[in-house]
Amino acid sequence: MSDKTLTRMDLSEAIFREVGLSRNDSSQLVESVLQHMSDALVSGEQVKISSFGTFSVREKSARVGRNPKTGEEVPINPRRVLTFRPSHLMKDRVASGPEG
Amino acid sequence: MIRSELIQKIAEENPHLFQRDVEKIVNTIFEEITNAMARGDRVELRGFGAFSVKKREARIGRNPRTGETVPVEEKYVPFFKTGKLLRDRLNGK
Repeated sequence: MSDKTLTRMDLSEAIFREVGLSRNDSSQLVESVLQHMSDALVSGEQVKISSFGTFSVREKSARVGRNPKTGEEVPINPRRVLTFRPSHLMKDRVASGPEG
Repeated sequence: MIRSELIQKIAEENPHLFQRDVEKIVNTIFEEITNAMARGDRVELRGFGAFSVKKREARIGRNPRTGETVPVEEKYVPFFKTGKLLRDRLNGK
């Protein structure tokens, strides 16, 4: 595994390279794409990107948790969690691993 | 929201850009993330979340219908962990 970590900077660099926008505009566009996706999810919408994957929000009900160290019971409030389901295309491209 | 709606929103906000460039921008973002994961790299987008790849060891599986055992080869699967900011926003914080 190459163990490299990409960031927003690498994504905007790719836009700069592929589309030819300035680095500044490229990084602002990366930001607005993430912002629009986040806003949709916060409003409870699903975000479905074909051939990439689907982000959906799930409601979790309240339950009693336990501090694994002390064994103490703690209430866990109802909350909303985000799940990502990769597309078949992504799964297939990732499955063989870094050497594949 | 689907890909085309996302492209539409970005296009509306950026009237100075050609529609085809907006499409290319959005597609490039998702392709870069997929390409990185195919190489086994991580993509960390602070506040939004992090994409990474997890290794699943080879195992002996079972055909649930016939009960027959089948060898399952080692493979890698995509994984996403929600960022703290987005997790908090989802819960109204």
